[in-house]
Amino acid sequence: MAQSSVMPGFRPTLGFAAIYLSLVVLIPLSTLVFESFKLSWDDYLHIITNRRVLSTFRVSFSTALAAASIASVFGCIVAWVLVRYSFAGKRVLHALIDLPFALPTAVAGIVLATIFQPSGFLGKLLIDTFNLQVAYKPLGIVMALIFISIPFVVRTVEPVLLEFEPAMEEAGASLGASRRQIFTKIIFPNILPALLTGFALAFARGVGEYGSVIFIAGNIPYVSEIVPLLIVTKLEQFDVEGATAIALTMLIISFVLLLLINLLQLWVRKRSGQL
Amino acid sequence: MEAGQPLTGIDNHLIFEISSMSILLSNITKKFGTFTALDHVSLEIPEGELVALLGPSGCGKTTLLRIIAGLEHTGEGRVLLNRKDITDQDVSHRGIGFVFQHYALFRHMTVFDNVAFGLRVKPRRSRPTETEIAKKVHALLELVQLDWLHDRFPDQLSGGQRQRIALARALAVEPSVLLLDEPFGALDASVRKDLRQWLRNLHHELNVTSIFVTHDQEEAMEVASQVVVLNHGRIEQQGSPSEIYDHPANAFVSRFIGQTNVFELDEHDSEWLQSSGLIFTAREGKVAHIRPHDIEIEKSIDNSGAAATLKDWQHLGALIRIELIKNGFNGSDATLYAEMPNDQFKRLQLNKGDKVDLRIRQAHWFH
Repeated sequence: MAQSSVMPGFRPTLGFAAIYLSLVVLIPLSTLVFESFKLSWDDYLHIITNRRVLSTFRVSFSTALAAASIASVFGCIVAWVLVRYSFAGKRVLHALIDLPFALPTAVAGIVLATIFQPSGFLGKLLIDTFNLQVAYKPLGIVMALIFISIPFVVRTVEPVLLEFEPAMEEAGASLGASRRQIFTKIIFPNILPALLTGFALAFARGVGEYGSVIFIAGNIPYVSEIVPLLIVTKLEQFDVEGATAIALTMLIISFVLLLLINLLQLWVRKRSGQL
Repeated sequence: MEAGQPLTGIDNHLIFEISSMSILLSNITKKFGTFTALDHVSLEIPEGELVALLGPSGCGKTTLLRIIAGLEHTGEGRVLLNRKDITDQDVSHRGIGFVFQHYALFRHMTVFDNVAFGLRVKPRRSRPTETEIAKKVHALLELVQLDWLHDRFPDQLSGGQRQRIALARALAVEPSVLLLDEPFGALDASVRKDLRQWLRNLHHELNVTSIFVTHDQEEAMEVASQVVVLNHGRIEQQGSPSEIYDHPANAFVSRFIGQTNVFELDEHDSEWLQSSGLIFTAREGKVAHIRPHDIEIEKSIDNSGAAATLKDWQHLGALIRIELIKNGFNGSDATLYAEMPNDQFKRLQLNKGDKVDLRIRQAHWFH
């Protein structure tokens, strides 16, 4: 590889990438692992099988999964609109999409909590009409996570849609395919790999999200308490071992899930000739 | 490449029930904003023909093809297929086969799945079984001589292979009309030459009414049985390649088809032409178009009265193109071109700068 490449700078850039990844990612994360070795296996098991801890895991991963799924559908539609149509205010919409990237998550959290709390503008409306309470429930967490994760989906799907050859659709139509068949058999398979990337990013962001969630979640143990919050709580109580054990478990689960999504993506790409 | 070989090995009539259809366009007008792409175009194409829509870029040829296909809305006018009005019919119901300039193969599908697509999207009632589909797809792939690539993806194929797969895919639905938009435009010269011949052979076997768009007059003359010359959204001339070449309807067609020397007749030029052996009267026209191969040259004995000076020459394979400077009476020296076979030129033993006499056999006159 290094010898056959025409592009210069393989060694220095690889070196930089390795050092960067070590300093910023690997060393902090391995510290987490070593820190947790101070615990015995029994202590570790005891901490993470605690009922309250288990329920936070359930809440965190299920809400992140639900939010990433919903954000994938919505994000796809938004990307479609942005790429396919021209309309007044398109630039404004473009800017709005990136807003959750820039906004301090705590600000987003407070705003969402204000309008969705039972006395808030939307919260009251939902309770009155559908008897549906959003705030202080897992549903509220899902709402907050959708808000912050949609840009990931939009920005990964958008370039693929931009690149998509309209002639492929026309070819489908000339061969007798309906609009629906053109979407399901031609367009969707082409954006699926990018959509999976967007989903993975949205999911990863959702699992680790803290600032925007804690206000709307209400953080009721066994109901709407998320893992990051529990870690912070443990740290505030100077229970470093407990926090480390939970953090390590979360790290492992996240890693495995992302690995699975990547494998799925690899399989999709292979099947559609993109590798 | 194997494209030059005859298409044999399968009995196409067992697999394809292509019923060829005639096409009638009446008064098609299409505007994009203020730009008029097509201006009252009427055209009749009998069944079984292989027609070239020829013209410079921006002349409306692709728009016309897309209107026939139903990929573009007709502005005004009607499109009739076998005397049936299909103007308002959606592209998916027209039963046409369309081949795109850049192939437009489905990138996420194998070659086999690409060709099978048109069969698999049929409504359940008329959809063949998977075994029937497989049989037909393999037969089509054999027809385009690419069955060995059936499990590859489009990105793994060469341009020529992709275009043949695109053709097989279009033929799978047994279209009554085959439309090809600059089918060889994106291919390199040698592949293009092979594919032209191959397309002509294929048309000969399947006999499906076919229209292809091209800006290459050589390609149109070589492949098509009928050529339609378009310019500025209008049809300039329609006819067989030899009609178009030998009897161009107007100056545009004459200039566009093949090389030509153009003379705007003033007093001196007409004298010069007459001294070169061209017999004409003033009412034949104001502009003379003379094909390079209609100019014979000969070494001049009498240097003073010679018609032209030899400037340079280029080899075009069997022919030599000779660059001449016209010895104008008013001192103007325009360049003109003559063409003759290689060996004939050698026998003349000419050098650069030699004075030559010309004999012009014929000209096309335009007003």
